[in-house]
Amino acid sequence: MPAVQVDTDKTMREMVAGMPVPEFEKTAFVIPKPLSEARVAIVTSAALHAPGEAGFVPDSDAHFEVHECHERNLVLGHFSPNFDRGAFASDLNVVYPIDRLQEMAARGEIGSVASRHYSFAGNQDETVSKIRLDTGPQCARLLREDGVDIALLTPV
Amino acid sequence: MSTLAHVFEEAGISTVVLASIRAVAEKMRPPRTLYCEFPLGRPLGKPNDAAFQQGVLNAALALCERDSGPILEDHPQKIAMSDAEPLACPLPPRFDPKLPPAVDEARALRDAYDRAVSASGRTSVGRVVSADAVPDALESFVKISEGTPWNEAGFPGNPIEVAHDIRSYYEELAVELADGPPGPWAAERWFYDTTEGGKAILAARRSMKEAKAPFPLWFYLSPGPRS
Repeated sequence: MPAVQVDTDKTMREMVAGMPVPEFEKTAFVIPKPLSEARVAIVTSAALHAPGEAGFVPDSDAHFEVHECHERNLVLGHFSPNFDRGAFASDLNVVYPIDRLQEMAARGEIGSVASRHYSFAGNQDETVSKIRLDTGPQCARLLREDGVDIALLTPV
Repeated sequence: MSTLAHVFEEAGISTVVLASIRAVAEKMRPPRTLYCEFPLGRPLGKPNDAAFQQGVLNAALALCERDSGPILEDHPQKIAMSDAEPLACPLPPRFDPKLPPAVDEARALRDAYDRAVSASGRTSVGRVVSADAVPDALESFVKISEGTPWNEAGFPGNPIEVAHDIRSYYEELAVELADGPPGPWAAERWFYDTTEGGKAILAARRSMKEAKAPFPLWFYLSPGPRS
């Protein structure tokens, strides 16, 4: 083992903290139904996709993938090597907590789990304008069509 | 994720972000944020720990019961690099001394990989090379470290994606061979620090850098701070 261990989390947090971010003039704030009645979906930036499909291109791919709620055989398609991929190899839920949500719905803690969930790719250009103006609103429409009240956003 | 939170909320859907970089959430002010100081790539914190994951979800969803925002709170449980136990994962002895060590090793680990896939029901190997092709892909990295230019080393696709496939192959089988779920970065450290496969990729990365290969092509073969 090397004497000095690399700390990728620290390096990445410091680097990303200094990068420009998209600006939003105000923060919209929608109060949802009570949790026990709310329908919840996961939206992750882990670039998950079905095996055998093309997935995401390396740089600033603004499209999103749709996952049916029963799907578990998902590939981690995120292009960056700068995160701890071993946890996902061990447990899908550490990135995409679909089983946890279904347990919460079975216990009545949330109203229901959405029929469909969504993956974007986390590695994007600074403006993220296509996601902001095009694919993000498209995804929002699909969430609304599915009756989703709360989107849980999990970053990779 | 903060961008999508704004977009969704403007479209009438409530959102809660499990943020992994606090400075971004501070600047972007999404409606509801739970900052989780966990290793990057594991937003729910601990693999195979339903109680820990549930705690994160409970804290995040509780923010949806507030009546004004934006809200940025810190999850009280943190996971630091220093919490990491090395992955106890045995490596096979040399089998065919005529092969480069990395190629020999990857072949010998194939049964463990197959067991891992059959246990988990999924694999992230195969974006460019299948499990069958992992030993040959490693041979391409070995050739680079021995002086072959990267674009003559026989990669079937982008070397970064090939490296992803190799890393996934090793990390997935490590989870099968190890005792218990991997701690913070433990699978990554095991791969790059102790396996011949990881060392071969790092050696090729150094050679490509010295040979002035295009920056992204060598840089993204491993996490940035490695050398």
